[in-house]
Amino acid sequence: MIAAPSGEVTLLDAVRIALAEEMERDGRVVLMGEDIGVYGGAFKASAGLLERFGPKRVIDTPVVEEAIVGAAIGASLRGLRPVVEMQFFDFASRAFDMITNFAAKHRYRTGLGVPIVVRGPSGGGVQAGPFHSQSPEGYFARTPGLAVVVPSTAQDARGLLKAAIRDDDPVLFLEHKLLYRRAKGTLPEGDGIVPIGKAAVRREGRDLTIVTWGAMVPLALDGAAELAREGVEAEVIDLRTLLPMDEGTVLESVRKTSKALVLHEESRTLGVGAEAAALLAEKAFEWLDAPVVRVTAPDTPVPFAPALEAAYLPGPATLLAAARKLAAY
Amino acid sequence: MQLIRSFEERSAASFAEGRSPGTCTCVGQEASAVGVVAALREDDLILTNHRSAGHLLARGADPGRLMAEVMGRATGYCGGKSGTLHVSAKELGVILTSTIVGGELSLAPGVALSVSMKGGDEIVTCFFGDGAACEGIFHEALNLAAVWKLPVLFVCENNEWQAFVHRRETMLTDDIASRASAYGIEGRTVDGNDVEAVLAAATEAAAKVRATRMPFLLETKTYRLRGHFEPDDQGYVDKAELASWKARDPIAALRASLLESGALTAGGAAAIERRVAERLDAAFTFAADSPWPSLDELTTHVYA
Ligand SMILES: Cc1ncc(C[n+]2csc(CCOP(=O)(O)OP(=O)(O)O)c2C)c(N)n1
Ligand SMILES: [Mg+2]
Repeated sequence: MIAAPSGEVTLLDAVRIALAEEMERDGRVVLMGEDIGVYGGAFKASAGLLERFGPKRVIDTPVVEEAIVGAAIGASLRGLRPVVEMQFFDFASRAFDMITNFAAKHRYRTGLGVPIVVRGPSGGGVQAGPFHSQSPEGYFARTPGLAVVVPSTAQDARGLLKAAIRDDDPVLFLEHKLLYRRAKGTLPEGDGIVPIGKAAVRREGRDLTIVTWGAMVPLALDGAAELAREGVEAEVIDLRTLLPMDEGTVLESVRKTSKALVLHEESRTLGVGAEAAALLAEKAFEWLDAPVVRVTAPDTPVPFAPALEAAYLPGPATLLAAARKLAAY
Repeated sequence: MQLIRSFEERSAASFAEGRSPGTCTCVGQEASAVGVVAALREDDLILTNHRSAGHLLARGADPGRLMAEVMGRATGYCGGKSGTLHVSAKELGVILTSTIVGGELSLAPGVALSVSMKGGDEIVTCFFGDGAACEGIFHEALNLAAVWKLPVLFVCENNEWQAFVHRRETMLTDDIASRASAYGIEGRTVDGNDVEAVLAAATEAAAKVRATRMPFLLETKTYRLRGHFEPDDQGYVDKAELASWKARDPIAALRASLLESGALTAGGAAAIERRVAERLDAAFTFAADSPWPSLDELTTHVYA
């Protein structure tokens, strides 16, 4: 076991540390993906791992997304624990069949699990255009058999990725590329496992609950700090796992605050936030003092031009306006 | 070719100065773009990939509007909404620039089907990389085009690199054109750094596709002289390999042969460079001075 480095690490470092620690711990863990070996990954998430673990366990692949995920599934059925990188999570669409049909349904059909992780960068805000900026969690988070995880802190990136690799079922692990170098933290001693399916209360508050994940978490926290100056105490819940959603933590919070705002970067219609809103309508109706509010990207692709992308992404102004209105309801 | 080279170098410099976002350049591959596009008729259609500036400029794209798209300006070919690597230009017959590797292969048979159904004699040219030739869609598209007897000139620009992985790591053969026989179609490999050889091969291939209404797989062997994307220090590239391809720079080679044959004088070469520089000065100024798209554009064109 390598000791977790002391001092701050970025979310990107935390991903690499989790991969290294799990490869060290378990010889069945293998990495596959485009440019992950010699180059160390397009975002350098696997830098140094080829040198350390060798080409049998850090496998550079051709540009063949469907075949990579297929190979991972096949290998997992024979006892390996493959971790696949999608160079951008947008390209998981090329492996959609493998993920949603083969990985997700294998246990249901045969009783045998598919312990693979498909991980990679997602999200916008870096002017990468409509095919390199998507938040595709919603496509997958309605597929029974999958787990969908989106960390927002370095500690969670390490702890959740380790949990994902140890999980006996397929886990999709979306790393927001804007957080790769911005989210920093000190890693805990020991394993630091963060269980899949458990949300985190990032900030406590009595007046309203903001339910969010990924790169929207820091936005929500900044927004909450601003609201506090105005006398409104917002509670911020980082879902971390979108499927299965941690209903208990969300409901417990809304029971206290009686007001809920769902904030997400994916487009609005049938985003994962719709499920959170439905959960609240079903199970928190009696406690709610106001309609559930959604702050999301609009129902459009992610535009390229910086001004359009800035207007696309939920920002402080939209969030604060919606939260103030909700608080005053 | 000089226009393409200078456009790409300026685009890289503009990125380095923080004036535009990073992009994939086709420096080193100009002969392939120019040789193939010059062999096409104006009404022929083109699909291409993320390394498309050469194809677009060879097709007559306005460098100002192209740069405006790279910069995300309203005057760009897609109004700034699509951006670098994603330019489509209907007016040039460029149906698609796909930044999803292989997307151009997916759509090419359908574009050719439309030509067949309308009974025209246009052909469809589909540029893709050696990396795309690894994707399953390569097989699906070539086989479909063959069994449907579609007029597609498939052009694989084999530049030895697939992002940061060398082509050798991804296939056991050196040629991609040799796969043509597996689909019952013709294929040919040509020196992609020799513009005259590319032009001759593409002219012949295009004529065959036009006459037989059957696909053809042309492979241009070339090299990506700059990195995959700007910025890219090419630290992973073998220095000797890079140097050997730099020595075969397609523009330097053409200039030398034209000077030797007397078709070009030193003064003529300098004049070309000057004209290109003037044109690009104007183009980059146009792009940088162009307005950003208006915020209303965010929600337009999601549906008809
Ligand atoms: C489906 C998909 N997978 C991966 C990528 C990331 N990517 C962009 S270009 C590229 C390499 C493509 O190589 P090749 O087809 O040879 O084209 P070249 O860049 O050499 O022109 C990769 C892996 C992508 N854009 N789309
Ligand atoms: Mg290539």
